[in-house]
Amino acid sequence: MHAAITRPLAPGDRAQRQWFDGTSSARAVAKLVKPSRTLQPLDRVEIYNRMYWFRLLDSLAQDFPGLRALLGEEKFWPLCESYLAACPSRSFTLRDLGSRLERFIAREPGRIAPHAAAARDLVRFEWAQIVAFDGPSLPRLTKRQLAGTDPATLRLAVQPYLTLLTCRHPVDEYVLALKNDGALRTGASNAVTERDEAVGTGGALQRGPALHLVVHRLDNQLYYKRLEPEAARLLRALRDGHPLAEACAAAFARSKLAAEQQAELIRSWFTLWMRLGWLCRTKPTLEVK
Amino acid sequence: MPANRHNGHTEYGVGLGLRVPHYRHILANKPTCAWFEIISENFMVDGGRPLEVLDAILEQYQVVQHGVSLYFGSADKPDRAHLRRLKNLVKRTKTPWLSDHLCWGSVDGTYTHDLLPMPYTMEAAKRTAAKIRQVRDFLEVPICVENVSSYMEFHASEMTEWEFLNEVVERADCGILLDVNNIYVSSRNHGFDPMDYVNAIPHHRVGQMHIAGHTKFDKYILDTHDHPVLDPVWKLYAHATRLCGVTATLLEWDDKIPSFDEVHNEALKANAYIADARAAHNAQN
Repeated sequence: MHAAITRPLAPGDRAQRQWFDGTSSARAVAKLVKPSRTLQPLDRVEIYNRMYWFRLLDSLAQDFPGLRALLGEEKFWPLCESYLAACPSRSFTLRDLGSRLERFIAREPGRIAPHAAAARDLVRFEWAQIVAFDGPSLPRLTKRQLAGTDPATLRLAVQPYLTLLTCRHPVDEYVLALKNDGALRTGASNAVTERDEAVGTGGALQRGPALHLVVHRLDNQLYYKRLEPEAARLLRALRDGHPLAEACAAAFARSKLAAEQQAELIRSWFTLWMRLGWLCRTKPTLEVK
Repeated sequence: MPANRHNGHTEYGVGLGLRVPHYRHILANKPTCAWFEIISENFMVDGGRPLEVLDAILEQYQVVQHGVSLYFGSADKPDRAHLRRLKNLVKRTKTPWLSDHLCWGSVDGTYTHDLLPMPYTMEAAKRTAAKIRQVRDFLEVPICVENVSSYMEFHASEMTEWEFLNEVVERADCGILLDVNNIYVSSRNHGFDPMDYVNAIPHHRVGQMHIAGHTKFDKYILDTHDHPVLDPVWKLYAHATRLCGVTATLLEWDDKIPSFDEVHNEALKANAYIADARAAHNAQN
């Protein structure tokens, strides 16, 4: 019965008329399900079959509006149907439904050619918003905790709800340009500022130079912020567990900036990141829930 | 009976489902509302806005948890990690009881995110009751099991749905969340008299009731929770209230959600039937 309810729908959003073994679905289902006065057994199963797909597809559409705009209806829905058939929900919550979508696109880029690369960036960006919305947080790093520490050995961590992305497509501008309430988890996004409206709604997402985006939250509002390449390298090194001194060196490994300029930049980034609550004192050990 | 061990001996009155479109109004205006029912799964998260909202609501209102993923009727054993998350939430909300559905919906770790009807067999009743006991023992809070609306029945069933519900709740020694809209929807879809259902259940086990709207199609009725409560459901609610006593009542409105005031006013219509039930009870005594 589970297989019958979750199998893909036939054209016209009907239950498939052919059973798994090639015989008639109507006959197979009739062995299990009673008819009613008005509905045959397969009609009754079809109600659940449709509800399953409508509910899950709607959930993906809400979580990935940018992807939907990029691909258009003709490619978005078949992609989602293929994804759900290959990766059925393994979580009690629909919140996790899209957690494997990026990997699925990476495995099967042909389904959405020529948009596969842009789609992957968009999916990562939109998934990062879900993580930022309700991911765990840890006590923020304070100046007092930093005082007197040795940068050579000091390890910092980054908030678990924060995602650092490197993209080749301006996904932040694209999503903001859509001006879709469902693109963000909060009703009024402070990230909708004076961003460029010229990107337009939907359509192609042009590849460009690498950009580094942090998706995070502050006071339970979602934000995203572009970082300079050096700042991104620093943040990534901290996230990956490198001591502070090593992380700073990695950030400017290929830089021609003078030491004083590097120090000034690091100070300004740290001031901002601590104000934003990005940094934690130690590597998080989350309570197993 | 109104306050009983299945609802933590509370008398909560008429409440509403807590829904996202109403958050701003509730937090800004703090309207009077006897209690809110939350969907547990929406708040079984690790941080962020959902818990911020929940904590703000808990400061002002009574909250009861209602779940959609315990799947008492599924063959899978209870997931202990899931139960631990749920118990954390129970401690946070101090819910006096917790409800979930008499249904299945997961197989081998995959989820349908639906509430699927079961074949009403003695074996299924025993297994379901055992699972309810396990969950209740872990969560340490009274459990009320809700009857679902359904669109199919199985040849394998050995009894009616209400006989099955009775078997389960007696064996589990748990409460009932009596959803009178679900009874009505199922009665139209399966051709039974909804009054038979309400008459047959153990009334002393009813800890809570649900009312809701539904949608009529040509050949079936769908439990859509996107309309006001229809007259036949009110009639059934009135009958159930007279039999069970005045019981915590919750209006479910989950789609095409109008303003808070409109939903609340719809819910408060239940008070007329509650008043009738009280009058009838007083007249008897």
